[in-house]
Amino acid sequence: MALSSKEVLKVGTLSRIRLTPEEVEKFSSQLSAILDYVDKLRELDTAGVEPLAHALPIHNVLRPDEPRPGLAPEQALGGAPQSEGDFFRVPRVLDEGASA
Amino acid sequence: MAVTDLTACEIRKAIAERRLSAVEAAEGCLRAIGRLDPKIKAFLSTDPEGARRRAAEVDRRLAAGENVGLLAGIPVAVKDNMCTADGQPTTCASRILGGWRAPYDAHVVERLKAEGAVIVGKTNLDEFAMGSSTENSAYGATRNPWDLTRVPGGSSGGSAAAVAARLVPIALGSDTGGSIRQPAALCGVVGMKPTYGRVSRYGLVAFASSLDQIGPFGRTVADAALLLRATAGHDRRDSTSVREPVPDYLEGLEEPVRPLRIGVPREFFSAGIDPEVESVVREALAVYERLGAALVPIMLPHSTDYAIATYYIVATSEASSNLARYDGVHYGYRSSDHTDMIDMYMRSRAQGFGDEVKRRIMLGTYALSSGYYDAYYKKALAVRRLIRRDFEQAFAKVDCIMGPTSPTPAFRVGERTADPLAMYLSDVYTVSANLAAIAGISIPCGFTAGGLPIGLQIITDVFTEDRLLRIARMYERETGWTKRAPPIAEDAA
Amino acid sequence: MSAAEPVPTIGLEVHMHLKTRTKMFCGCKVEYDVRPNSNVCPVCLGMPGVLPVMNGKALELAVRMALALGCTIPGLAKWDRKHYYYPDLPKNYQISEYDQPLGVKGHLDIETSQGPRRIGIIRVHLEEDAGKLMHAEGGGNYSVVDLNRTGTPLLEIVSEPDVHGAEEARVYAETLRQLAVYLGVGDCNMQLGQMRCEPNISLCIGADAQGKPRYTPISEIKNLNSFRSVERAVTFEIARHREEYEADPAGYTLEKQGKSTRGWRDDEGVSFLQRSKEEAHDYRYFPEPDLVPFVPDRQWVEEIRRTIPDLPEIRRRRLINDAGLSEYDAGVLTADRLIADYYEAFAEYVRDAKIAANWMMQDVMQILNDRKIAISEFPLTPQAFGDLVNLVASAVINRNTARDVVLPKMLATGKPAGEIVKEEGLAQTSDESAIEAIVDQVLAANAKIAEDYKGGKKAAFGRLMGESMKASGGKANPQVVKAILTRKLGG
Repeated sequence: MALSSKEVLKVGTLSRIRLTPEEVEKFSSQLSAILDYVDKLRELDTAGVEPLAHALPIHNVLRPDEPRPGLAPEQALGGAPQSEGDFFRVPRVLDEGASA
Repeated sequence: MAVTDLTACEIRKAIAERRLSAVEAAEGCLRAIGRLDPKIKAFLSTDPEGARRRAAEVDRRLAAGENVGLLAGIPVAVKDNMCTADGQPTTCASRILGGWRAPYDAHVVERLKAEGAVIVGKTNLDEFAMGSSTENSAYGATRNPWDLTRVPGGSSGGSAAAVAARLVPIALGSDTGGSIRQPAALCGVVGMKPTYGRVSRYGLVAFASSLDQIGPFGRTVADAALLLRATAGHDRRDSTSVREPVPDYLEGLEEPVRPLRIGVPREFFSAGIDPEVESVVREALAVYERLGAALVPIMLPHSTDYAIATYYIVATSEASSNLARYDGVHYGYRSSDHTDMIDMYMRSRAQGFGDEVKRRIMLGTYALSSGYYDAYYKKALAVRRLIRRDFEQAFAKVDCIMGPTSPTPAFRVGERTADPLAMYLSDVYTVSANLAAIAGISIPCGFTAGGLPIGLQIITDVFTEDRLLRIARMYERETGWTKRAPPIAEDAA
Repeated sequence: MSAAEPVPTIGLEVHMHLKTRTKMFCGCKVEYDVRPNSNVCPVCLGMPGVLPVMNGKALELAVRMALALGCTIPGLAKWDRKHYYYPDLPKNYQISEYDQPLGVKGHLDIETSQGPRRIGIIRVHLEEDAGKLMHAEGGGNYSVVDLNRTGTPLLEIVSEPDVHGAEEARVYAETLRQLAVYLGVGDCNMQLGQMRCEPNISLCIGADAQGKPRYTPISEIKNLNSFRSVERAVTFEIARHREEYEADPAGYTLEKQGKSTRGWRDDEGVSFLQRSKEEAHDYRYFPEPDLVPFVPDRQWVEEIRRTIPDLPEIRRRRLINDAGLSEYDAGVLTADRLIADYYEAFAEYVRDAKIAANWMMQDVMQILNDRKIAISEFPLTPQAFGDLVNLVASAVINRNTARDVVLPKMLATGKPAGEIVKEEGLAQTSDESAIEAIVDQVLAANAKIAEDYKGGKKAAFGRLMGESMKASGGKANPQVVKAILTRKLGG
C-alpha cells in the first residue's frame, strides 16, 4: 500500500505533527513499506469473526460518587509551559469551534 | 562477596537477619552504578540522596522491630515510563515531556514504597516504549553489558541492562509487544510479562492500553517472583485491573509441574531464526524432556507474521490516541517558534517526538481514519480474536508453550535503525502473548559461541503466573545460566 | 409537489450535566463558579499515565432519564474515544459512546399552543464535558483555559427530526428540562452551562421522482444559552433557509451542501457560519481500551424504572406540591390528558394555579357535565376563559357577574369577555364614595337588621351584604362593600 506525499501530509496534519519535505519523503517510503506488510492480513478470512476490542471479559467496573482530593491549582498549573494567574495560557485560537 | 552479586532474595534474607543493612545494599548499588553506568547508560536519572534516606529509614524501622515489607531494603530500578512523584523527573525517554515532574506515584511505585524497596533510579527505554533496542531514546542508547557494541534489546533495555550488569538486583519494566521478554533474552536475565490486568497500569505512561503490562526483571526466577508478588493485585484506579487474588509466588516455587505438556509451535522455529538460537533453545527443551515433560508439536497459525501485522495496527492505533495529549498546552515541551494555536501543536510535537514515535502515531492515525478503519483497525481486531483462539486451542492440549524469545541474539547498535520493519520483526515471537492477554516469561538458556545470551520463552494461559514461574524454575534448577555474570560486572567492587 | 410549502424539519441535540457530586471518570467535585483549575486531578488533566473509572451514580441517573424517555436500554453499552485537538480537551479525545449507547428509541410528549406532540428520541448516551477556553481579557493575543468543567458527566439526548417549528423546539427543550429536574437527573440551568441545546435545522422541500424527501442543507446552531434564544435562533434559521432556497432552489440542497455548523449571536439575533461540510471532523472513533463495557443488570434497570413516575403522575404531583391543590382536585384535573392540557394552558395564562383550578372544577367541569361534552368540544379556548378570570382578578367585574352573566353570554355568542362587559356596562365599581352612599341607604332602610347584627346576630351581616349588592345592581366590588359595611357597623 503506497502512501503518496499528499496522504502523508494529510496524516501528519491529522496527527498534529509538522513534517519537513525531507520527512514527508522519508516517512512516505517507510510507512508504505509497513502498510504493505500489514496488508497481509487481507489473506485471512475473518467473515463472522467478532473483533476483540477488550483484552479481558470484564464488565461494570464502577466507582462511588464520592469526592477524592485532587491537585491544588499550583500543582495543576506547575508544569504548564505558560500560565496566567489561575489559568493555562495558550496562543489565541483562531476559529470559535473545535478543530479536527 | 559484593552486595551486587547477591540476588534480591539473598539481600532480603541478609537484611532480615541483620547481616546486611539497607544502607549497605543501597551504597553497593550506587557504587556499581557510578563505576559501570557511564559505559552502559542504563539509567536516565538516579536519586542517591533519596535512596540513602529511604534505606536509612528502612534500617531504623527494622531496628525498631517493625515489619517493613516484602522488599525491605532491596534496591530497585524503575523504567522511566512509570510516574514517580519525588525528586526524579519522568521522561519516557522523550523530549516532549520536557522535564515534567509527575505529581503522583504510579500504583506499582506506591507498592514498591509500601513494601520497603529502595528506588535508586529511573532506567532508559525506547521513547514511549516504542522500540526493540533502546536506540530510540532521546537521551542516548543503552548498551548490552555482555557486549557494549550491541543493544540490550527494548523497549525496557535500561532495566534489563541494569539487572544484567548487577547495578541493581531487580527492576520494573513494561511489555507491550515483548518489551520485557526480548531485552531479558538479549541481556541474559529473567523477565516476565504478567497476564493483562494482573498488575495495575495506573501511572504507567500509556503506549497501547490494551496491550501494556508492567512486569519484573531479576537475575533469577525467584527474584522475578518476589517482585511480581509485591506489585501485582487489584487497583481501583485501573478499570482493567482484575480482582483475582495474588498468590504467594515464592511459596511452592520449588515444586515442579508434573505432568508437564509443552507445546512447541512450528511457527516459533520458522525462517529468520538464528541457527545458534534454535540449537540452544532446542537443547533447553531437551532438558525439560529429561525432567519428564512431554514435547507436543502444536500450531499457532495466526501468531507470528499475522500477529506482527495485527500488533502494528492495534498498538499504533492506540498509541496515536494515547499520545495525542502531548501538545505543549498543559504540561511538557512547547515550541517557541509557533505562529498560532494549531502551529503550536504541530511544532511542539514535531520537535518533541523522535522519528519512531512519529511513524507509529501516523500509522495509527491512518489506520483509524475515516475510510480506513474497517480495513485496518477492525480487521486487526478480528485477527486478534483468531490469535486468541490459537492459544485457547493450544492450552486445551498443553500446559505451556515454549520457544525462543527472540529470533536472534543481541544485534549491533545501528544495525537495524535504517529499516523500521526489520526492527519490528524482532518481536515476532513475543507480540502474540500481548494480543492474547496471556502471561509469558523469558529465562536465560545459554549463550552463542560469541558469548551473547539466548532466552527461552515460556507462555502460559491467563492468571497462571504461579505455574509459569514453577515451570521456569524447573529449568533454572537444572542449569546454571543465571549465575553467570557479564565480564564487565566482574570487575571487583 | 415542488410548489409545496417547505416544512421546517428540526432535530435537537441536548446536552445536560448530570446531578452528581463528582466527575464522570475521576473523584473531582462538580462545582460551578469556583476558583479556576481548583477541581482538577491528574486524571481529568489528562496527565501521562492516568486512567478513567466510571461514576456509578452517573450511570444510574442516565438510565433513569433514558427510561423516563421511553428508551430501550440495550444489553451492552460501550465507551469510545472521539478525537479532536482543542486546548479545553486535555487528552485531545473525549470519552463518549459511539455506536452502542446507553439508551435508544424513546420519545418525549410536549404540549404546544397547537396541541400535544410526540417527539421521537433516537438515542441517549453519556460522555464527559470539556473545559472552558476563554479569550484573554483586555484583548490580548492569547486565550486562557480553565479545566474545572473537564470530565463533568454529560448526558446527550438526540431527537428525531420531528420538531417542525421554533415554538416546538423551545417547548421540547423546556419539557426535557422539567423532566430532568423532576427526576433529579440534572438541574439544567442554562445560564450555568448545565444544559446546552443545539438544534439541527433544515427545510423539507418536497420529494424527488422516487418520492424520497428532499431537504435544504442542515445547519446546526451552537452557543444558545437560553430557551428564548433557542426559539429565536430557530425562527431566524427557518427564515434564512427559506431565503437561501428561494434564491437558489437547485443548489441549496442537502445533497449538494451537506451539514454546516453555525454560531448564534443573541444580541444581534443572527447566526454565522463556523464550519462547513468540507471541514468536518474525522473523529477516528474506536473502542476505549481503558474502560470496560457496561452491561446493565436487568433487575437493576427494572428497579430504576419502578421509581420513575409516569407523566400524569408528574403533573399530579406538581399540582399538589407547587400549586397547592388537594389530591382530589389534582387527580380530577390530570386524569384526562386533554383536560390536564387545558387546565395547564389556562393556569399558565391566568398565572394562578389555584384560581384556575377552582374555575375548572366549579365551572368548566360543570358545563361539560351539563352539556355532556368533552373538553375538546368546550367552546372557549383556555385563553378566552382566562380573559374572563383575569377580569375578576383585576376587579373589573366580580365573580358572580362573571359566572352568572358574562360566562353564559360568552358561551352563547362567542364574544370575548371584555367586549361583553363593555357592551353591557357590567364593570363593577370600586368607587368608595359611591358605594358608601349605597351602604348608607341600605343601612337606613334596614335599621332593624343592623341592630340585630350589633346585638350579636352574625348572620345579619350577610343579609346586609346581599341587600347592598342588590342595591348596586350587582356591580359593587364586594370587597369594598364588605369593608365599608364592617366599618359602619363598628366591627
